[in-house]
Amino acid sequence: MASQLEGSLAVARTVARCRPQVVCAYPITPQTHIVEALSRLVGSGELAPCEFVNVESEFAAMSVAIGASATGARAYTATASQGLLFMAEALFNASGLGLPIVMTVANRAIGAPINIWNDHSDAMALRDCGWLQLYATSSQEAADMHVQAFRLAERCSLPVMVCMDGFVLTHAFEPLEVPDAAAVDSYLPPFQPRQVLDPLDPVTIGAMVGPEAFTEVRYLAHAKQLEALDEIPALAQEFEAGFGRASGGLLSGYRCEGADTIVVALGSVLGTLEEVVDERREQGAAIGAVAIKSFRPFPSAELRAALSGGRRVVVLERAFSVGVGGIVSGDVHAALSGLGLPLHTVVAGLGGRAITRRSLHAMLDELDGDRLGELHFLELDREVVERELTRGRDHARPGPHAENILRELGVVGAGPV
Amino acid sequence: MSTRFYQTGTFAIGNRLLEPAEASAQADPDRANSLTKGHRACQGCGEALGARYALDAAVRATGGRVIAANATGCLEVFSTPFPESSWRLPWIHSLFGNAPAVATGIAAALRAQGRTGTRVVAQGGDGGTVDIGLGCLSGMFERGDDVLYICYDNEAYMNTGVQRSAATPHAARTATTEPVGRQTGNPFGQGKNLPLIAMAHEIPYVATATVAELRDLERKVARAMELRGPRYLHVLVPCPLGWGSDPAQTIAVARLAKETGLFPVFEAEEGRMTGVSPIRRLLPVEDYLRTQRRYAHLFGDPGHPETVARLQREANRNIERFGLLAEPGEDGEPGRRGDLLEILETDGGERG
Repeated sequence: MASQLEGSLAVARTVARCRPQVVCAYPITPQTHIVEALSRLVGSGELAPCEFVNVESEFAAMSVAIGASATGARAYTATASQGLLFMAEALFNASGLGLPIVMTVANRAIGAPINIWNDHSDAMALRDCGWLQLYATSSQEAADMHVQAFRLAERCSLPVMVCMDGFVLTHAFEPLEVPDAAAVDSYLPPFQPRQVLDPLDPVTIGAMVGPEAFTEVRYLAHAKQLEALDEIPALAQEFEAGFGRASGGLLSGYRCEGADTIVVALGSVLGTLEEVVDERREQGAAIGAVAIKSFRPFPSAELRAALSGGRRVVVLERAFSVGVGGIVSGDVHAALSGLGLPLHTVVAGLGGRAITRRSLHAMLDELDGDRLGELHFLELDREVVERELTRGRDHARPGPHAENILRELGVVGAGPV
Repeated sequence: MSTRFYQTGTFAIGNRLLEPAEASAQADPDRANSLTKGHRACQGCGEALGARYALDAAVRATGGRVIAANATGCLEVFSTPFPESSWRLPWIHSLFGNAPAVATGIAAALRAQGRTGTRVVAQGGDGGTVDIGLGCLSGMFERGDDVLYICYDNEAYMNTGVQRSAATPHAARTATTEPVGRQTGNPFGQGKNLPLIAMAHEIPYVATATVAELRDLERKVARAMELRGPRYLHVLVPCPLGWGSDPAQTIAVARLAKETGLFPVFEAEEGRMTGVSPIRRLLPVEDYLRTQRRYAHLFGDPGHPETVARLQREANRNIERFGLLAEPGEDGEPGRRGDLLEILETDGGERG
C-alpha cells in the first residue's frame, strides 16, 4: 500500500527488506537520509542481523563492503558525488574481485566549483569501473530497483550501482510503496557467495595476475555484464509478476510508435520529458522518448531496435566529457552505427539547473527549425561565458571563474566585477 | 613469561629448555605454515620471517580460525603470483591503503553471521600502514573493531624500489633521500611513530617487536589474540635489499636496532605502557649503522660524525623515555650501566 514517503526513506526501507548483513556509511549530501534511516532500522532491531559500520571515508566504506562481501555477507552502502570519486580505486577493486555489493548513488555534481545539486557527473565518471549501473526514473523505481539489484549482483557476482537523482528523487515526498517484505523474501534468496574467506576451506583472493591471464580475467567481467543484458529484463519481468508493477529493465519507450524524433535520457528527467512529449503529440508532432535504465551493461541492440524507426535522435545528458561532448551519446552513436540517423547531444541540468518543460520545448523548436547543433548546452548563458573569456584574455590575473560569473549574475552579496 | 637463554658470545636465544606450551609455534611439527615455502621473498627477508611467525602464532592461538587481509606491498607480491599462493589460510588482498577497512568488513560480516570465534588479522608494510593506510587504520582503531593489525616495518617502500616512507629513519639513504649535496639522507624532524599514535587511540593492545626475538613476537601475537577489539603490532623487519645489509645478518641487524636503543621494544594496554624488553648489552648506534650501506655516507672521509652523534642522541632519548635499560645485575651481567654512561657521554649531552 502506498504512503506518503521521502524517496530516501522508501529506498532505505526497501534495502532493509533485502536483509543486508553489513551496511557501511559515510555522510555525503544528498545520500545521507538513506543511511540515517538504515542506522535507525539497525538500531531498533528491525533490520537484524546487520552490522551498521560508521566509517571515516567513502574509501573505507567501499573497503568495508569489500571485506564483508568476501566473507559471505550481503553488503550495502550509499554515496554520491565526491564520495563516489573518493572510493574510485575501491570500486574497480570490488568489481575486479567479483563481489556483489549494492550501492545507491544519489547523483550529484562534482566540484570544483563545489555544488551539492543533481547531475550525473559522478556516476558517469565511474562508468568504466566494472559496476553495473542502473538509473531510476522515479523514486518508486529507485526503491524497486534495489530489490532487483541485489539479485542481479549476486546472480552475476558483480557489484551494482542504483543511480537516483539527488534531491529530485532522494528528497521528494510522494506516495510510494515499499516492496512487501514477504514478496522480497521470495524474490531474493539468501546470498550464496561464489567465493568466500573461510578457515575451513582457505582461498587466496586478490592475488597478482600477470599478462598471461589478465586479459582473460578482464574479459570475463565483460562477458558477465553481457549476460546481465538477459538477466535484467528477466528480473524486471519477474518483479512485475511478483509485485504488480513494472520497474527496471534495460530501457523503456514512451509513445515511440511512429515517432520521427526520439529523445533518449536517463533518470528523473523522464517525468518532464514525457509531459513534453504529450504536449507536442497534442500539437501533432511525431515524438517519443526512451529511458535508458541500464547504462552498464549498455543495451545496444535493444536501443537500436527502439530508435531505428525514427528519423532523428536527441540524447539528453546530465553530464558531459569535457573536450568531447556527450558521454551517453557516444554509446548511442555506436548502437546506431550504419543507420544514418542524425544524432544531437543536449547537455542539460548540470549542477541542479532545472530542466523545465519550457526549456525542452525551446530546444525541440530549434531542432524542428534545423538550428540545433550536434552539441547543445541547454540554457547556456553565452553572453556571460563570452565576457568571462574576454576578461581572461584582457587581464593577466582575472581571478576565479566561478566568482566572476556569480558577480556578473548579480547574486546576492556579490558586488560588481 | 620471562625467557633469557642467551648463548655466550652470540645473539641467539635457545628454545630447548622451554616447556612445550612455551615452545615456539615453529617447533611444532604440525605448525600451520601459514606462509609456506615457495614464495619469492629475497634472501634474508625480515618481513617473510616475521609474517610466518606472527601468523602461525595467530593460527595457534585461535585453533586455526583466522582470516587475513593484506595491504599491497612486498608481502603481498612475493607471496601470491597466481596460481602459486603461499598462503595456507583464507587471505584477501584488496588495495594498498585499505587493509584495515577490509579487515573491519570481515569482522563485521563475522559478527553478523554469528561467527565470532573466527578472528581477523590485517597486515601491511610501513608504507601501507603509516602513510597511505593511516586513515583507515585510525578509523579501525577508533571504532573498536575486533582486528589485530600487524605492520612489518622495513622502513621504506621496498616493493617499488626503496623510496622513503614516514617510517624511514633519519639520515637513511633511500632512492628519494639520496645523500647528495648538503643532504645526509632522510631529513631529521620528520616521520611518524605509529606505535605511539596507536597508543593515543587507547586501544586494548599495542606492542613493538623485532625478528631478532621471535619468541617475543609470538608471545605478543598470542597476547593480542587473547584480547578483543583493535590491537596493533609493529614489527621491525630488516630488508637486506633496501638497507644494504648482509642477508645472513638479518636477525643480528634487528637485534642491534634494539640493543642500541634505536628501536624500543615495548608493550602497552589501553594507552599505558605495560612493559619493555630491556637492552641486554647496550651498544653505540654506530655498531648498528655500520651494518648497513644505507648509512655508509655517514662514515669514511670526511663522513658525518655530527649526524651519527645526532642519531646517538635519538637512541639515548629512547632509552630514557621508554626505560630501556634494566636495573644493573638483573640478569647477572655486570657493567651495563657503565656502558650506558660511556655511550651517553660521547654525545656531549646535547639534544639534536
